[in-house]
Amino acid sequence: MKKTTTHSKERIRYLNKRKKERFSVIFLRISLLCALIAGWEIFANAGIIDPFIASSPSRIIRTIRNLFAEDNFLYHIGITLYETLVGFILAAAIGYIIALTLWWSDKARKVLEPYIVVLNSLPKIALGPIIIIWFGSGEKSIIFMTFIIGIIVAVMTMLNGFLTVDKNKILLLRSFGANRFQILSKLVIPCSIPTLISMLKINVGLAWIGSIMGEYLVSRAGLGYLIVYGGQVFKLDLVLASTVVLCALATLMYTIIALLEKLIIKYKNE
Amino acid sequence: MEKLLELKDVSLTYQTPNDEITAIKNLSFYCNKGDFMSIIGPSGCGKTTVLSLIAGLISPTSGEISLSGAKNTIKRENLGYMLQKDELFPWRNIEKNVYLPLEIKGIKSKTAKENALYLLKKYGLYEFKNNYPDELSGGMRQRAALIRTLASDPELLLLDEPFSALDSQTRLSVCDDVYKIIKSELKTAVLVTHDISEAISMSDIIVVLTARPAQVKSIFIPKIEGESPIKKRENPDFGIWFEKIWRELN
Repeated sequence: MKKTTTHSKERIRYLNKRKKERFSVIFLRISLLCALIAGWEIFANAGIIDPFIASSPSRIIRTIRNLFAEDNFLYHIGITLYETLVGFILAAAIGYIIALTLWWSDKARKVLEPYIVVLNSLPKIALGPIIIIWFGSGEKSIIFMTFIIGIIVAVMTMLNGFLTVDKNKILLLRSFGANRFQILSKLVIPCSIPTLISMLKINVGLAWIGSIMGEYLVSRAGLGYLIVYGGQVFKLDLVLASTVVLCALATLMYTIIALLEKLIIKYKNE
Repeated sequence: MEKLLELKDVSLTYQTPNDEITAIKNLSFYCNKGDFMSIIGPSGCGKTTVLSLIAGLISPTSGEISLSGAKNTIKRENLGYMLQKDELFPWRNIEKNVYLPLEIKGIKSKTAKENALYLLKKYGLYEFKNNYPDELSGGMRQRAALIRTLASDPELLLLDEPFSALDSQTRLSVCDDVYKIIKSELKTAVLVTHDISEAISMSDIIVVLTARPAQVKSIFIPKIEGESPIKKRENPDFGIWFEKIWRELN
């Protein structure tokens, strides 16, 4: 609740202090970034660190500008974005459905539990060669890699969310005579929306790991491909420029999920 | 008097991997229409289990439970269950929470919804119908939970220690509120509690259970003058009844 009355002196002092505190944190954050970039640039220019193996901010910016000037950089970004998004959506959607099924059937959950544990602990990159043989050396393999890295976590996170629904609320619905489907639709699904959001947040990160790892293994295009290629021909400018773009894209996707979360909370409050 | 609820020789034995546990043994009692009945007993004696049996959430191993004459086939439409906590859904506003049993039971009639709104109005929650549960005080939330229970117009209310999650101050006033609402709606209620004063101040009839396996130890009919639980607590007879039941429990 907001008060429109005039603030007391103590209140004003407190609010000012808070504002200052916040401002100083933001200021220090930006200063740290600027200092790092400036230091990097200065040391590289002065020859203290070798720009050939460490690149430099100005060289990275120049490379990014050049890459955008050539048409196919957007193509590379598009490919990686496509692989990441498709893998992410498939993993989240199918993982959600599997988690629902496992919630529904206690038997299935008990039977499949050890399989999920093993699949979760298996480093998915070990499946690389098999995936390449099955799906060929293209986008399909990379999407599958993204998918398989995300799905196990999606299933486990969601199932955990479904299972921690308050037992008394289930009892309440049962006392009204609710069937399992009603318990699911009226209670379990709305109750697990916060879990869904945190699952999406985790899986956004995993999707990028999947697609870039996939591109390391097999690809002829994409940001992961540019990074590997840049490394092989010793073009550190290209490696770092692609990494910076990747950073920006991953942050953007995470921000979209965070916005979605805010939107849901806002919708809920209306 | 018309019997609304009757338990005849009800026993319940359940199995665990290590043991076979007899929770309830030959339990028999009945409750007349319009009565307020309390079940008290030592903790862990299976009071809540008795309510679950009456609600039909679990079936007895042997014996009969009849509601309005219909043996063992208790219709859940006729029951309203109220739990320790209000269990209002935080993502639904008060109005939507109150409609919940109607949605579950597939009751779509306009009169049922109007009745629920009427109850909200009558018991001072109408202005809060668009508020969410976490914006209401503990007492108001429990009142909303009671109205939710009443929304589907149940014949019998089952109250499972509905005040135990409230602080003692709120507890007394909510206890008073709930009693008045139940009496003015002419409902029959079975309350499970471990609080002797609560049982005495609210009930027409008190069933005292033994420790596990739960059996009926004694039945009391306290007749105390006073139109509300708080008034009854002020009556000198109250202490006498308290003493009597307290002795019986120990």
